[in-house]
Amino acid sequence: MVTIITEVSKYLMMILFACYTYDCFSVLQKADDKKRQKRIFRRQQMFLFLIHLDAYLVIFAVKEDIKVLAFFAVQVLLICVIQLIYRFLYKKASRLVTNNLCMLLVISFIILERLNEAKAIRQFSLAVVAAVITLVVPFLIHRIHFLHKLPYLYAALGIGLLAVVAVAGKTDYGAKLAFQFGAVSLQPSEFIKILFVFFVASMFYHSTELKQIVITTAVAAAHVLVLVVSKDLGSALIFFVTYLMMLYVAAKSPLWLGLGAGAGAAASIVGYKLFGHVRERVVAWKDPLSVIDDEGYQVCHSLFAIGTGGWFGLGLFQGMPNKIPVVDEDFIFAAISEEMGIVFAICLILVCASCYLMFLNIAMQIHNQFYKLTALGLGTVYGFQVFLTIGGVIKFIPSTGVTLPLVSYGGSSLLSTFIIFAVIQGLYIIREDEVFDEKRNSRRGKQADQKVAKG
Amino acid sequence: MKKGTAAEENRRIKKLRRDKNKEFAGIAYGFIALFLAMIGYLAWFQTARSEAFINNPYNSRLDHFAERIVRGDITADDGTILASTKVAEDGTETRVYPRGRTYAHVVGYSDNGKTGLEASYNFELLRSHTFLLERVVSEIEGRKNEGDTLVTTLDDALQQTAYEALGSRKGAVVVLEPDTGKIRAMVSKPDFDPNTIVTDWDAILADDEEASVLLNRASQGLYPPGSTFKLVTALEYIREHPKKYKNYSYTCSGSITNDHYTLHCFGNSVHGEVDLEKSLAKSCNSSFANMGLSLNIKNFADTCEDLLFNRDLPIDFAGSGSRFSLTGESGESEVMATAIGQGKTLVSPLHMALIVCAIQNDGVLMRPYLAQRLENADGGRVEQYEPSAYGRLMTEKEAKILRRYMKNVVTDGTASALQSDSYVAAGKTGSAEFGNVKGRSHAWFVGYANAKGKHPIAIAVIVEDAGSGSTVGVPIAKSVFDTYFK
Repeated sequence: MVTIITEVSKYLMMILFACYTYDCFSVLQKADDKKRQKRIFRRQQMFLFLIHLDAYLVIFAVKEDIKVLAFFAVQVLLICVIQLIYRFLYKKASRLVTNNLCMLLVISFIILERLNEAKAIRQFSLAVVAAVITLVVPFLIHRIHFLHKLPYLYAALGIGLLAVVAVAGKTDYGAKLAFQFGAVSLQPSEFIKILFVFFVASMFYHSTELKQIVITTAVAAAHVLVLVVSKDLGSALIFFVTYLMMLYVAAKSPLWLGLGAGAGAAASIVGYKLFGHVRERVVAWKDPLSVIDDEGYQVCHSLFAIGTGGWFGLGLFQGMPNKIPVVDEDFIFAAISEEMGIVFAICLILVCASCYLMFLNIAMQIHNQFYKLTALGLGTVYGFQVFLTIGGVIKFIPSTGVTLPLVSYGGSSLLSTFIIFAVIQGLYIIREDEVFDEKRNSRRGKQADQKVAKG
Repeated sequence: MKKGTAAEENRRIKKLRRDKNKEFAGIAYGFIALFLAMIGYLAWFQTARSEAFINNPYNSRLDHFAERIVRGDITADDGTILASTKVAEDGTETRVYPRGRTYAHVVGYSDNGKTGLEASYNFELLRSHTFLLERVVSEIEGRKNEGDTLVTTLDDALQQTAYEALGSRKGAVVVLEPDTGKIRAMVSKPDFDPNTIVTDWDAILADDEEASVLLNRASQGLYPPGSTFKLVTALEYIREHPKKYKNYSYTCSGSITNDHYTLHCFGNSVHGEVDLEKSLAKSCNSSFANMGLSLNIKNFADTCEDLLFNRDLPIDFAGSGSRFSLTGESGESEVMATAIGQGKTLVSPLHMALIVCAIQNDGVLMRPYLAQRLENADGGRVEQYEPSAYGRLMTEKEAKILRRYMKNVVTDGTASALQSDSYVAAGKTGSAEFGNVKGRSHAWFVGYANAKGKHPIAIAVIVEDAGSGSTVGVPIAKSVFDTYFK
């Protein structure tokens, strides 16, 4: 009986998620039709709830533990609260961004519950904390007007914290990433990404003269170098690409893009020659089966999972995702693909793409250059991280050991992504103000014209 | 007038904004392209690459499937059961192989590790595509579902014939359809009984050092090709002399000496004046050694690579890559030896059969395959594997010339025993010396036969340490052809 529920649910969840994903993009058409948009957002929330419900039905059928239902209830409560807050406190925020945030969270809860219940509970508590903390972020972004005045504070904080980790952090899988405070482990680089974006945006907001560009580049390079020294190459790559994109947009010249890409390529070759663990990752990427006992082990097991799961997945609890090392963090995408199917996993990629598009959308819409750069920077941080983690899991690129934002287990990653999403929501609110101002100005202009005409 | 300017103004603002966002849009398109590339890769991986991962022995998920599925059958193309799982009343499962040793290597075993088709189709055999309702019912009753059946391309009559013809000698026979790539028979000896593999295991391992019982000689065995390789040397000569290859002439005095190295014709025969066609029909070593010395070695190596030497064969089961190692630095004695199929060249019987397939099929090699289709336990079709071309190994004209020569080997050469009223055969014999023992050789025959109304078939036969190809190899091919065209 359990197997039937699992089988049916697996297809049902796939179809529901496909519908949800379709709506992520269909809502972008006919953007003027507000009623249609509202309808679509409500429909998305329904899909979201049904997927959540269906998954927990399966989990309950397998575990036969009443606690599962209680846990499900509080999760639903959290999602409802997040939705209500944005619905009533931040009316002007993007509802698509809110929906996607909730969707990714729900997928995270489902897959973590299946992988490791204790971690799921921990992740849920962290999500509650993150939701509460970031509640005020859109408000702050909206009201604080001196954010662009503190570039050197961001830089000093960022490099300082990174340097402390490089010296005193604990070592994880060969890289120094985190501090340990009792039971809590904090990974500062997750937050410094945000500071870094603010730093670059404020620098280029003030000037894009050569001197400013040189100074900014030097400071950015310092960030990247400290990360390389800590052997956190995934983060180093994210910082580098983010800086490159922001520089390109601010200086409006493809020359910088070319220069940066050249420097990046040269640095990769040096890194390959210099670091044994980089070479290992590349070998494991080229032919993982040939080194399955050593460096290829993780990627092979990831591909076993994805391949065996196939297009429609094996169903929740029917696979063996726990065979993959670090499955709940860097390789969570493989677990999702194995049990919920490649179709579901592709929809997940598309939902991440939808988030990315909404980040870039606000970057293009908003007028203030500081906010434009901020949105672009945060969008790149998010989009590139998604690319690195999923690309690594499916062997599209060598694995770099970064997490899938909002889905992977881990408090620092979760909280920092919550902050990024909240900042973006703040920008959507600022944008509404701009629209309001524009309308008022053009109305005044017209009135002035009429007065002149009358006179 | 005023409306016009307002519209213009609007356009101007829009254009301004577009210009301002040009870089943003470029980046957005770039990232979306990355995401789509990732999705495309994932889909490609699943359709084209996942099987190698799924069926990897490290993937323990498949053993887990066996808890819910009764492993499916493997059958010959006419439905003859080659492997099946018997479930006792208490639920114990036994894998049985009704044809036993005859199919030992090609079907393989699944009880002590997995080999053969049992290994390469492990995943497919552990899936069930029975009627959905049936699956639901058995699920509720707590019964296991029946796994899918793998219907192979193997022809039971041909397999039995080849198996018996090889007798108790060590060696291999492989039979394919050149125009489809279907493998119709694949036999390797010495063999083992897959039914008792677990109990026999220690004895087999003790033997294995010397006899290599578990090795599928047809695809994994590597042998010196002997005179069968003269087909390749002849092809290279034709390529270097596309217009004048017919003018080739050599006077054979029974041996050739060069660089202090002497090669003899088989049995020290003296063939007199021979052209290319006659050199091949009589398998004249002296003439081919002479021809080899005239060849451009680099081009020779390229031709061999065209014919899949030094590369992996396009197969999805265990096989060994053939080796051809002449280079510009090779000495003349090695060139002479290589031209007649001795030297350091090593081939698998399957590879030789594939070269013959390409010759028979106008130069185009069809991808060899063993799995014809998957059926559910009730006989409904789940998946059909269609023939597909691997690529062209030689031109149509080259294939045609070689076919003529190979026919001549039957009508007027070392394989005359293959003359028959019911089919037309062609081929090449070989007696490949091995090690440093003079006078001992592996017996080879490679060739094909066709007749109206049936697919042609190609064959490669090797019998280890058995003497000459024409006395030992040819009769085995004859019994296979006779069975097939009867």
